[in-house]
Amino acid sequence: MAVLSIAVGAKQLTLVEVWHGLISTTSPEHAVVRQMRLPRTLLGLLAGAALGVAGALMQALTRNPLADPGLLGINAGASAAVATATALLGVATVRGWIWFALLGAVVVTVAVHAVGGGRQATPERLALAGAALNAVLYSYVSAVMLLDAASLDRLRFWTVGSLATADFTTVATVAPFILGGLLVGLAGARPLNALALGDDAARALGARPALVRAGTVTAVTLLCGAATAACGPIVFVGLLVPHLVRALTGPDLRWLLPYSAVLAPVLLLGADVLGRVLGRPGELQVGLVTAVLGGPLFLRLVARR
Amino acid sequence: MTQESRLGGVGLTLAYDRRVVARDLSVAVPDRSFTVVIGPNACGKSTLLRALARTLRPAAGTVLLDGRDIHSLRSREVARTLGLLPQSSVAPEGITVADLVARGRYPHQGLLRQWSTEDERVVTGSMAATGVGELADRPVDELSGGQRQRVWIAMALAQQTSLLLLDEPTTYLDVAHQIEVLDLCARLHEEQGRTLVAVLHDLHHAARYATHLIAMRDGRVVAQGDPREVVTAALVEEVFGLPCRIVEDPETGTPLVVPRARRGRQSGPVTAG
Repeated sequence: MAVLSIAVGAKQLTLVEVWHGLISTTSPEHAVVRQMRLPRTLLGLLAGAALGVAGALMQALTRNPLADPGLLGINAGASAAVATATALLGVATVRGWIWFALLGAVVVTVAVHAVGGGRQATPERLALAGAALNAVLYSYVSAVMLLDAASLDRLRFWTVGSLATADFTTVATVAPFILGGLLVGLAGARPLNALALGDDAARALGARPALVRAGTVTAVTLLCGAATAACGPIVFVGLLVPHLVRALTGPDLRWLLPYSAVLAPVLLLGADVLGRVLGRPGELQVGLVTAVLGGPLFLRLVARR
Repeated sequence: MTQESRLGGVGLTLAYDRRVVARDLSVAVPDRSFTVVIGPNACGKSTLLRALARTLRPAAGTVLLDGRDIHSLRSREVARTLGLLPQSSVAPEGITVADLVARGRYPHQGLLRQWSTEDERVVTGSMAATGVGELADRPVDELSGGQRQRVWIAMALAQQTSLLLLDEPTTYLDVAHQIEVLDLCARLHEEQGRTLVAVLHDLHHAARYATHLIAMRDGRVVAQGDPREVVTAALVEEVFGLPCRIVEDPETGTPLVVPRARRGRQSGPVTAG
């Protein structure tokens, strides 16, 4: 309940700005608010929920509370695919990127699974394979950008993670994927609770680990692929939010997932607003803000363990 | 088999990847027994238990539950009949005792059938039966090994299955907690009429608590039956390669295995006591 009230509060704050622009249709802010801030806020809500839930799912899947959607290389795969599409094929819209991002996410998910041992994959081996592919793919993205810096200007902001490029087309393009991913993810809450006790215990309880893993990976791929296509890889939201929520709700995913879906957009929009305020007259990309805020928090979490 | 059996295996070949652990193995768990499987390390006893629990698919042969191939049944259906306490389970960080026990209700719930007063009653009852009721709100991480094992047993009980399989439930516990857990198992068997199957390391415990003993070596069943008849010096020598004498447990009258002293080993043939 406390979380809910915070959520409404933070959303209200941005909605108030929006409201002023919306009611005074003659004001010069009108266009700014309607064409830029409104879709930006909507995208923040969607991407935030996607990252938060994807993070909570990853942590449950790998039984590692420090896991995050970046861990299995999914964000990196999406980024690499988008970079390739931009550099080689000249794709420059989110509508074009999303398919590449999803494709990249799927390819990397399959690759991580293959490298991580196929059917004998354990959470540990998956995490190692993901970390290795992560390093390779991000170097690749950097290489592509260094070779083609001028034409990849937009991509440069994108690789940091930003909500600034949002318009209604972006929102409409990614919304179905994110909503679909959220539904699949939330449906997995109970079986993942069983899986959290170990594979044998889960089977003894009547859950099917392989099916649950496949469903969860599908949800994470949809969520991360869509969020990455729209905003670029935004770090730490998927890691931190489930961690904060867990302190309130305990490890039960039936609570953890919905709370993460609510709190993560709050954090993301908060960081975005902060970036706008701090960066005046320009702005700081939200990915930079979450990284600057999230880094120390993450270190504290690691140190406490 | 003269005794009735709800759970058993016929012609089982059990293997991990290509490593065959047991070939053409057949066992039957007598109904309402406290069956204990013993044998040296790597004899296939835990593998057999996993096959019986449906967590390992046999490479050949059939595990029968109530006369039907266990792999033809739906997961949820099996989970309402047969519970398993695996050797290695993970308690999610920070989970409380009551929440962990409540997860045993999984096979009784569904998307449309959420938490009910019946679930609540069963969870409370399971915690009371295992003596962890007063720990309900404590995090599982903070408990002692013996308490933790009782919590896991409570979770398996909450599953409300008439068959309960336990894979080395006493390993890693000190001797007092081992007896505590085995006494609990015996009580569940006697008072609630459940069929229990446990893999145990300790021969003395097996002989003391089992109503039916299955002795394995190298993936074969060497002997099975009432421990008073099965546990002989010859059998222990054959199964474990341990020369010993058998005396009567002064507390229970069950066979007590006393290993031969080193001097005794050289003194000639082993006699059963």
